[in-house]
Amino acid sequence: MNIVTKAVAAELSDRARRAAKVAGEFADAVDREGRFPREGMDALKNERLMSIQVPGELGGEGASMQEIAEVCAILGQACASTAMTYAMHQIQVASIVGYSGNSAWHADFLKRLCDEQVLIASATSEAGIGGNLRNSVCAIEVDGDTVRLEKDATVISYGEMADAILITSRAHKDAPPSDQVSTLFLKGQYTLEHTRDWDTLGMRGTCSDGYIFRGEAPKEQILPRPFAEIAAESMLAVSHLLWGALWYGIAADAVNRAQSFVRAAARRQPGSTPPGALRLAEASSLLQQVKGNVVAGLRQFEEAKTDANKLSAMSFAVAMNNVKVGTSQTILTIINHCMLINGIMGYKNGTPYSLGRHLRDAHSAQLMISNDRILGNTSTMLLVHKQDTSLIG
Amino acid sequence: MSTAETVRKIVATHGKLPVDVGTIADDGDLYSAGLSSFASVQLMLAIEEEFDIEFPETMLNRGTFASIASIAKAVDTISAEQQAA
Ligand SMILES: Cc1cc2nc3c(=O)[nH]c(=O)nc-3n(C[C@H](O)[C@H](O)[C@H](O)COP(=O)(O)OP(=O)(O)OC[C@H]3O[C@@H](n4cnc5c(N)ncnc54)[C@H](O)[C@@H]3O)c2cc1C
Repeated sequence: MNIVTKAVAAELSDRARRAAKVAGEFADAVDREGRFPREGMDALKNERLMSIQVPGELGGEGASMQEIAEVCAILGQACASTAMTYAMHQIQVASIVGYSGNSAWHADFLKRLCDEQVLIASATSEAGIGGNLRNSVCAIEVDGDTVRLEKDATVISYGEMADAILITSRAHKDAPPSDQVSTLFLKGQYTLEHTRDWDTLGMRGTCSDGYIFRGEAPKEQILPRPFAEIAAESMLAVSHLLWGALWYGIAADAVNRAQSFVRAAARRQPGSTPPGALRLAEASSLLQQVKGNVVAGLRQFEEAKTDANKLSAMSFAVAMNNVKVGTSQTILTIINHCMLINGIMGYKNGTPYSLGRHLRDAHSAQLMISNDRILGNTSTMLLVHKQDTSLIG
Repeated sequence: MSTAETVRKIVATHGKLPVDVGTIADDGDLYSAGLSSFASVQLMLAIEEEFDIEFPETMLNRGTFASIASIAKAVDTISAEQQAA
């Protein structure tokens, strides 16, 4: 990093911290009431953080994936629902920025995104296919210059609060399930018929209810590149990296709370080591593993991002899958350690050492595209992929 | 039999495509014809067995398995390299 990019990154982190402060104040209320994290998201818009990934010539800041991941990690320490909403939005922005080619319509949309700080939701999951996002049942109907789509979308996070939805479907009515396209529908071009409630253990503020989506829009709103390419080269990697970053944030805040608990105990009895200290050291080591995993993944992404062959290589897919599976499992172990350290003060809600929300939010990580499904994909690739045993690469 | 013809036969048996392989041109896109990532790995294994070759890591990407022609090209390249070695 040169001095200028360092200063820009520091400035982005400051803006993210200001937004995180607001999000953190409302995190417990958002969780308890299972409501949209309005205050945190408004703060992100005020800091103009929704559009940082958009290239400068369209009005954005051309932020790198590492910078966006840092914002996610900062938010994850304050309110996981705000962080997840922000991360999912940025995953959609990555698809549009990288895969809309010369589409004038999408360029205009990205300008609008900068001006109005719009929020984009995602609808890949569909009744009958679960988390297998590379398959669709529904098909987009092309009628001259107009397209129509109806999708039984089982989960659309913040669907009702979004200004636009990026939604996958088969490319046409005769297309096989894996021949998919992704279309960006704007609010006003679709209706959402509520079908499933989101009353969950954690990530309650993402408001990920289920809907029947019905939309009609000009054909030019379909992303010009096939979804197969978008998924393989961008969406899977960006999802796993940004999710990993915010999951790291949840665990990092848990470790902070455990550390305060241990430190308070040490101050009360100077000269003796509090019983939780050893476990804290263990949690700290595990947290470093999670951080290392995410940072290595981000570095690999930055190296590959300009080369479609590298991005669609098996070695890259295996590495990104490993980031997801590894981080999602380890954060649970870490938060559990912290719970043992803080004891009842961690188990109770409303104390400075509370960890219930962290633990519940973190439990979504293994299910958000099921780890078993991801391990299944990796195991298929390992039938042919030869691992790179070098340390630095 | 040309490499492409043999590849086509293997695609028919291992590609698990929802359409008849006869309807796909040599340079037709196998992914939009319904080739899944799981089937592409099975296909790769069957091709390695048939031609007695091993795909190097650099060829394990979407481009290599995009069409019958691109697979055949990869097979010919690898076979030539293995004979030269
Ligand atoms: C907080 C949160 C927000 C989300 N937001 C969105 C959103 O905005 N838009 C969206 O489209 N989706 C969203 N999702 C859904 C998500 O992307 C996945 O679709 C969903 O988590 C998978 O749901 P499932 O467990 O019912 O389905 P499945 O993937 O069908 O899995 C069900 C179970 O079956 C098993 N299983 C199924 N298939 C396999 C396999 N091949 N190999 C091994 N085991 C298998 C697994 O053990 C799994 O637990 C969100 C999920 C969460 C947790």
